[in-house]
Amino acid sequence: MKFRHLVLGNLFRKKIRTALTIASFTVALFLFCALAIVQLAFQPTGINVQGADRLLVVNKVSVIIPMPVSYQARMARIPGVRGVTYATWFGGVYQDDQNSFAQYAVDTATWRPLFPEFNVAEDQWKAFVEDREAAFVGEQTAKRFNWKIGDRIPLKGTTYSGVWEFNIRGIYTGKSPEDDTSVFWMHWDLLNERIEDKNQKNLVGWYTVALNNPEDADRVIKAIDSEFANSGWETKSATEKAFASSFAQQLGNVKLMVLSIGAVVFFTLLLVTGNTIAIAVRERLRELAILKAIGYSDGFVLSLVVFESMTVAVIGSLVGLGLAELMVLHGDPTGGSLPYFYLSRGAAVTAIGLSLVTGVIASIVPAISAMRLKIVEALRRA
Amino acid sequence: MITIDGRGDRKAILQARGLDKRYRRGNEDIHVLQGLNLDVDSGDFVAFMGPSGSGKTTLLNLLGGIDVPSAGSITVAGEQTTRLSARELTRWRARHVGFVFQMYNLIPVLTAFQNVELPLLLTSLSKSERRKRVEVALDLVGLGERMKHYPRQLSGGQEQRVGIARAIVADPTFLLCDEPTGDLDRKSADEVMDLLERLVHEQHKTVLMVTHDPLVAERAHAVLHIDKGVLVEARKEQQVVGAAQ
Repeated sequence: MKFRHLVLGNLFRKKIRTALTIASFTVALFLFCALAIVQLAFQPTGINVQGADRLLVVNKVSVIIPMPVSYQARMARIPGVRGVTYATWFGGVYQDDQNSFAQYAVDTATWRPLFPEFNVAEDQWKAFVEDREAAFVGEQTAKRFNWKIGDRIPLKGTTYSGVWEFNIRGIYTGKSPEDDTSVFWMHWDLLNERIEDKNQKNLVGWYTVALNNPEDADRVIKAIDSEFANSGWETKSATEKAFASSFAQQLGNVKLMVLSIGAVVFFTLLLVTGNTIAIAVRERLRELAILKAIGYSDGFVLSLVVFESMTVAVIGSLVGLGLAELMVLHGDPTGGSLPYFYLSRGAAVTAIGLSLVTGVIASIVPAISAMRLKIVEALRRA
Repeated sequence: MITIDGRGDRKAILQARGLDKRYRRGNEDIHVLQGLNLDVDSGDFVAFMGPSGSGKTTLLNLLGGIDVPSAGSITVAGEQTTRLSARELTRWRARHVGFVFQMYNLIPVLTAFQNVELPLLLTSLSKSERRKRVEVALDLVGLGERMKHYPRQLSGGQEQRVGIARAIVADPTFLLCDEPTGDLDRKSADEVMDLLERLVHEQHKTVLMVTHDPLVAERAHAVLHIDKGVLVEARKEQQVVGAAQ
């Protein structure tokens, strides 16, 4: 690029000003990425948004009210259903009340095939199934508490009282960063066996239903809810995606909040950068006039100003993105209570795109004024 | 041959006919140039003198295509520049005009080499060809050893010589020098004028120069005086046709 000396020379003309402008982009992009990470972390725990090929079935009255385990067989008979499994929220803490994380008491016979997004070692799963006091832990939680296979872990029950001890028989990982590896799986049979209150026995928290064909989702949802209509435990079924979305809305529109803060940050950046570039252009009106006098076109002068602004935006953004990636590499600052802690590619691309757009918009007014500069007037004035 | 009566030789490299320039400043109508005629041949060295506000720089700006006349025409090497669009005029300037300014007007963040290279970046020359040309131009102005220096590391005279190197590097049809020694001490001014003379005599450049300094004007082939927008007198060794002696 034969004009690089011109661009770089102008960028390093006022080093502190350029550094501060780059830092503005860095901070804005880092903040945006951090907000995007937080927004991801606030996605409903344990609900993997696979799309419409899996359904969640909960009690129609409330998600915290259980349903009979006998529903499993009735759901499995509905045409279009590939498999049905269930789980119950255990709600224990490890050592300290602050060390809470998701624990599901799962049906070991049907659980695994319905969640292909997890890497589960065959031998570890076998050991888990054979040991009623076994637990299968997600990689994130295992790392958080430094658990290893073979460890015996005590959990203090909050929903189900007492101290429960489990043997770690396996550690699973996700096939993609979106997969929640914070959940602790245990045997539903064990939970059911130890519950003393007869009215609480043989109940499950929710069902997960896998479909042969996602296009059957509406029909199967209707079929399930009709099946249990007017019973003591009516159901409410939805695709995982719909359920996740509705759950997110109950939490509050975190995404909107993130977008609002991001918009304010970038708008402020736009004003700051626009002002800086306007000053920078005003300071070198004579030089721009000279360039035009010796044959540089109006379009070139416009492009030069825009390109300089974009260069600042790109450098600042890459540094900000690098810092955000470093933060992710350093790990969840809460010590692992966030189920997801990563920067999605989409968020990173959006952030870079926003920075570039900000860089262009911020420079467009000064660039147009530079383009329209009258050589004679600029030489006389400057 | 330099003529100012509008009946010059058709072979003149530069012809101005009936040049008129008016400005509007507030309610005041300022008539800077009034029907000015000028013919300059290739290889001529012309100095324009006159009081401040007489229209010298305006004339230079019009001839250089960085301003447009209110009336009249300018023809350079057979091409009527007053008929060109703004975009065409920009391209024309790159090919035909080398500017030398009083304040040197180098880009402070570029080295002497990079400043001189600027006009060549608009051409299709390769990097090595550009380098060769820049080195020749800087050698010609006696600054071959200082090509990596920034303007702030050069004296005023050296800066102006870099400015001249930048003006000649693309081999333009003519040089327009606006008070090239106006900001220099006598010694530096003499060096710059020696250089311009050499360019005219050895490189056969055509130079049109505005100056307030009679000693500087002495170096030109012809001195034209402008007063109130009209070329009123001339003198020097070269006969100026149409001028009152």
